Amino acid sequence: MSEPVSALNRATFDGLAHVQEAGLQGMITLRGTVLDEGFAKAVSDVTGLALPGQRGVVSGGDSTLVWMSPDELLLLCPHGDTSDRVAKLTAALGDTHALVVDVSDARAIFTLSGPQLREVVAKLAPVDMSPAAFQPGTVRRTRFAQVAAAVWLSDAETAQIICFRSVAPYMFALLCNAATPGTAVGIF
Amino acid sequence: MLILTCPYCGVKAEETELHGGGEAHLTRFGPESSDEAFEGYLFQRENPKGVHFERWRHAQGCGKWFHAARCTVTLEVFGTYSAQTSEPPQNIRDAISAKRPGWTWRSFA
Ligand SMILES: [Zn+2]
Repeated sequence: MSEPVSALNRATFDGLAHVQEAGLQGMITLRGTVLDEGFAKAVSDVTGLALPGQRGVVSGGDSTLVWMSPDELLLLCPHGDTSDRVAKLTAALGDTHALVVDVSDARAIFTLSGPQLREVVAKLAPVDMSPAAFQPGTVRRTRFAQVAAAVWLSDAETAQIICFRSVAPYMFALLCNAATPGTAVGIF
Repeated sequence: MLILTCPYCGVKAEETELHGGGEAHLTRFGPESSDEAFEGYLFQRENPKGVHFERWRHAQGCGKWFHAARCTVTLEVFGTYSAQTSEPPQNIRDAISAKRPGWTWRSFA
């Protein structure tokens, strides 16, 4: 069995914010009708989490559920547990119209931390990053410069950013550039 | 800059997060339709100065297609609504009537 390696092997950068490629992360895409009772119950039973509402992020224990669209959730779990979770979810969903796919190797995840992380994100994404508009518990799917991404705050000074693995070097370059020391705009 | 609220995820998305899908509410004439109907479906488009209905996709976001009613002159947006309809809903028509009394567009008014 080959050793799993994340996109940038936990590369880091320090500037306006601390940038880190967050390493191996289990990611499971769940497609189904989020509001369907059978779907919600199966996902809740396996993950132990309440289902997030529109654009919601719910965390507990070692797992996080992210609302991606009215028929898509993303489950984050420890990388080593991924195949077990996929099997449990598939069994729990039974005949419910749904799809469960391990996408861990198709994605990269970055952590951006520090008091100025809002500055860094706002330089790259057309999103209102003011504290009044963007708080922990809400996910925003958007673009960072030219690539698709999802971003949410896991706490007031930590952002999680997900993108496709194939654009991980581009995303890291973007984040480092936007976090270059001395480039704070000071708007937030 | 055009800003549209996606009715599926509620995000106020600006134009660069969206992909335009052309005119809304076209009937897709295909095999066994008349030549005239097929030609109309392929080529005949509205080009209004004022109220217009379009399809948009929240491409850099939830990925869903939706409809938008807006003014081509002022970029004013009257509303966005579900893709699962073949005509603008009453609340959208009312919102347009409040701003543009007497508007018409194809067979809608
Ligand atoms: Zn959307």
